[in-house]
Amino acid sequence: MSDGQQESPPAAVIGVVAESSPGENRVAATPATVRQLVDLGYVVAVEPGAGEKASFTDEAYAEAGAVIAPAADVWRSGVVFKVNAPSPEEIGKLADGATLISIISPALNPDLVEALAQRPITVLAMDAVPRISRAQSMDVLSSMANIAGYRAVIEAAHVFGRFFTGQITAAGKVPPAKVLVAGVGVAGLAAIGTANSMGAIVRATDPRAEVADQVASLGGEYLPVDVETEQSTDGYAKATSEDYDRRAAEIYSEQAADVDIIITTALIPGRAAPVLITAADVASMKAGSVIVDMAASNGGNVEGSVAGEAIVTDNGVTIIGYTDLAGRLPTQASQLYGTNLVNLMKLLTPGKDGQLVLDLEDVVQRTITVVRDRETLWPPPPVQVSAAPAAAVDKPKAEPKPEKQPMSATRKLTLIGIGVLALFLVNAYAPEPLPEHFTVLVLAIVIGYYVIGKVHHALHTPLMSVTNAISGIIVVGAMQQVAADDGVIRTLSFIAILLASINVFGGFAVTRRMLSMFSKG
Amino acid sequence: MTSQSVATAAYLVAALLFILSLAGLSKHESSRQGVLYGIVGMAIALVATFIVVADVSDATGIVLLLVAVAIGAAIGLWRARVVEMTGMPELIALLHSFVGLAAVLVGWNGHLEDNHLTGSLEDIHNAEVFVGVFIGAVTFTGSIVAFLKLSARIKSAPLMLPGKNYLNIGALVAFAALTIWFVITPNLALLIAVTVVALALGWHLVASIGGGDMPVVVSMLNSYSGWAAAASGFLLNNNALIVTGALVGSSGAYLSYIMCQAMNRSFISVIAGGFGMEASVADDTDYGDYREINAADTAELLKNASSVIITPGYGMAVAQAQYPVADLVKKLRERDIEVRFGIHPVAGRLPGHMNVLLAEAKVPYDIALEMDEINDDFDGTSVVLVIGANDTVNPAATEDPSSPIAGMPVLRVWEADNVVVFKRSMAAGYAGVQNPLFFRDNAQMLFGDAKERVEDILREL
Repeated sequence: MSDGQQESPPAAVIGVVAESSPGENRVAATPATVRQLVDLGYVVAVEPGAGEKASFTDEAYAEAGAVIAPAADVWRSGVVFKVNAPSPEEIGKLADGATLISIISPALNPDLVEALAQRPITVLAMDAVPRISRAQSMDVLSSMANIAGYRAVIEAAHVFGRFFTGQITAAGKVPPAKVLVAGVGVAGLAAIGTANSMGAIVRATDPRAEVADQVASLGGEYLPVDVETEQSTDGYAKATSEDYDRRAAEIYSEQAADVDIIITTALIPGRAAPVLITAADVASMKAGSVIVDMAASNGGNVEGSVAGEAIVTDNGVTIIGYTDLAGRLPTQASQLYGTNLVNLMKLLTPGKDGQLVLDLEDVVQRTITVVRDRETLWPPPPVQVSAAPAAAVDKPKAEPKPEKQPMSATRKLTLIGIGVLALFLVNAYAPEPLPEHFTVLVLAIVIGYYVIGKVHHALHTPLMSVTNAISGIIVVGAMQQVAADDGVIRTLSFIAILLASINVFGGFAVTRRMLSMFSKG
Repeated sequence: MTSQSVATAAYLVAALLFILSLAGLSKHESSRQGVLYGIVGMAIALVATFIVVADVSDATGIVLLLVAVAIGAAIGLWRARVVEMTGMPELIALLHSFVGLAAVLVGWNGHLEDNHLTGSLEDIHNAEVFVGVFIGAVTFTGSIVAFLKLSARIKSAPLMLPGKNYLNIGALVAFAALTIWFVITPNLALLIAVTVVALALGWHLVASIGGGDMPVVVSMLNSYSGWAAAASGFLLNNNALIVTGALVGSSGAYLSYIMCQAMNRSFISVIAGGFGMEASVADDTDYGDYREINAADTAELLKNASSVIITPGYGMAVAQAQYPVADLVKKLRERDIEVRFGIHPVAGRLPGHMNVLLAEAKVPYDIALEMDEINDDFDGTSVVLVIGANDTVNPAATEDPSSPIAGMPVLRVWEADNVVVFKRSMAAGYAGVQNPLFFRDNAQMLFGDAKERVEDILREL
C-alpha cells in the first residue's frame, strides 16, 4: 500500500449519508449491501434516518453491522456513499483525502466538477461507468433505467382511464391499449416488457435497427425507420441524420394519432434530449391519452412536457414529466444502486481488507474518476465498447463460423478447370470401356461426398464400420475369379473371398451392435 | 436375359442401396434403417454374383466359394460380437487391411488369368492391375501398422527415418516407372517388385505417424480401402465395385478432411508426420503452480453446480472410465444438474470414438454435443470435468501464436467457473505441448486413474 497508490485515510469507514435533494427517497446502501461492505473489511457508518424513506430502518442497518452515527461524523468518513450529486455545502463537509462516490453527471454539471476540484478529494461518478461487459454489474444508469422504465408504465397506467389488456366481458368488449415506446435502451426495454405483460399492444422505435430482436423478445413490435445510421462505439445511440429525423417524425405523427400511451426514453449522453413528439402530434392524440416523457430532466422528448410535473393539455392528454421515476420505487432502487456500489467496492478493494485502492490504469476506474486531489480528470479517454450496443441487455450473438481456408477465386477456378479438362481428356481418348467406368467413378465420388457431408458427428464411427463392410464388395471380384480353372488363381481368390467376407459380415454386425447402443435421453 | 445381365441390373440396385445406407447414417433416427439398406444391398450383390459364378464355374469353384464365405462370415460375426468398444479402432484398422489384401490378391489374379486382350486394351488392363495391387498393398501394410499401434503391440511414437519424404516420393516414382515397364513387358517379377514397394510404402507411411493422429490415419486408410475396391472394379469391368469403392473412398477422404480441420493441419502434413517432434523443444516457460483437488472436494463442487460439461478424451477410453462417467451423469441429472458432453472431433483414436463409448455406457446421445455446438456455453457453466483430454482443451491453441498447436480449434473449457482435470500425471499430451490450462486459477488437478477417481466421486455423492 505504500507504493504510491491512492490510499484511503487510515480509518476505512464508508459513510452512508441521507439524501438532501427534495423528493429523493433513495439511499446509497441497504442493510443487505452493508453486510457485503462489512465483508469487504470496511466499517460502515449510516446517518440516522438515511434509509427511512426507502423503508430501511436504522435498526435494520445496525443489525447488518453498520454504526449509526451523527450526520457530521458520517460526512467525515474516508469514503462517502451518496445517490445524488452533493450540494456546495455538502462538498464542504467532506474530509480532506476523502473519496466521494455518487451520481455526478459530470458532462452536464461542469460547475459542480469545478467545485469538487477545489477540494483535496477523490470523486467517482457512478453514472460514468463505461458500458463494457466487465463493468455491467456497476452500471447505475442501466439499473436505474430498468426501474424507471417499469415505473413509467405504472405512472401511465395510473392516469390512463382504461384497462391495458383487451377483454370481452358481459358488460361489453374492451379493446387493448396501444403503447408506443420511443427509444429502446434499458428503460425502453423495461417499459416494453412491463406494458406487454399488462396486456397492451406495444410498438417501439429506435434508430438502431439491431434492437428489433430485443423488442420482439419482450413482446413488442419494432417500427423500423428506413434510413442509414451509424453503429455507435460507446454503447449509446448517436445523434442521427436529418433524413432519419424526417422519416421518424412521420412515424411519430402516424403513431400519435393511433396509440393511447407514449413513453419516450430518448437520451443522448451529454446533450439535450431530442424532441420526438411535437405539439401537433400531442394535439392529434385522443383525449385521455397519456405521455410519459422520461427525458424531461434533460429538456424532454415531448414538446410541452414540464420536468417534474404531470400536466394535462387542452385536448385532454396527460404529459408526465417526472424526473424521479426510479426514486418512486425507493426500496428497489436503493437495493440496486447499493449493489452497484458494492460491486464497485469489490473492484476497488483487491485485498478485501477494507483498504480502497484506486488503479487509474484500469479502464473502468479511470473512466469514473472525475476528480482526484484537486485535479480534474474529466472527461476520460474514450472507451471502445467491444460488443454491439445490444451488449448491455443481450449477449452478443455467436460469431459466424470462420470461412474455409482462403483460396483465391482464380486459383480455385484454374484448379477446377484443369481437373475438368483432365477428366474430359481421359474420357475423350481412352478406349472403351474405360470412359464408361470413369464416368461411373466420378459421379459416385460426387454422390459420396454429398451423402457423407451430412453425417452427424456422433455417427462417424458407425459410418466407418459400415463403409468398411461395404468396401468388402471386393468379394464380388474375387468370387468371379474363383471360377477360373487354375489352382493358383483359385487359391488366391479363395483367400480373398474369405478376407472380404470377414469384412462384409463383421462390418455390418459391429455397426448394428454399435447403433443399438445409441439411445436418446 | 443372361445371368450376366441380371447381375449388372442387380449391381445397380445394390449401388443405390449403398447410397441410401450412407444417407441413412447421417441421423440417429434413420441410422439403423441405413445399415439394413446396406445389408440388403450387399446380399443382392452377393447373390447376383453367385448366380453368375454358378453358371460358369465347376463344382469345385462353387464349393470353394461357399466355404470361403462361410468361414469369413463366421470369423467376422464372431469378432463383431466380442470386440470391446474401446477396441473399435483396432478392429476397423484390421478390417481395412483385409480389403487391402483382397485387392492385392484380386490384382494378382487379374494378371495370372488369361484375359484374351490385345493392343491398348491389354496395356490398360496391365496398368489397372498395377494400380489395384499398389493401392491394395499400401492399404494392407498401412492398416496392419495402424492396427499394431492402436492395440499397443508396437510403440505409437512416430518412426523418424532420415529423408522419409524422399523415401515416400521415391516409392511413388518407382511405382510409376514399374507400371510403364510392366505395360511394355508384362512379367511376374515386376508384379512382385511393385507389391514389395507398395507394402514397404504403406508400412513406412503409417509408421511415421504418431498415435494422436490416428483418427486421420484410420479414416485415410478407410479411404484407401475404397480406392482399392474401385481399382479392382476397373480391372474386372465391374461397376458395382467402382461405385462402392468410390463411395467408401470419398467418405474416408471427407472424414480425414474433417479430422485435419479439427487439428488445423493439412492432410499432407499429417501424412508426412513429424508434428510431435517440433513440439518437443524444451519449454522453459514458467506457468506458475497448479492446484490439486481430491475426489471429495470434486464431489462437493459438483453438488453445488447448476451445470456441468464433461470433455472426454482418449484417456477415458484407456481407463475404461465410460461406465462410471455414465453413472456420474445419471446421479447428477437426478439432482437436476444439467450435464452435457463436449466432444472434440479428434478426441479418441477414431472419428466419433467418444460417442460410441458413451453410447455403450448408455449416455443419451442428445447430451453429447460437438465442439461447435457447445463452445459458447462454457462461459456460465459451473464445472467442467476434463477426463483424459489434454491438447483438445489447451488454451495455448487460441492464445499463444508460437505454440505448435496454435490455431487448432479447441474446447474453451477455461471459460467455465471451475475446471477439474483428471490426469495421471503432469506429463504433456500427445503434441508434447505443456497445457497452461492446468495452471489457471479456476483449474484444479485430480491425479490418478480416471476410472478410479470417477468411482471415488460417485462414492462421495
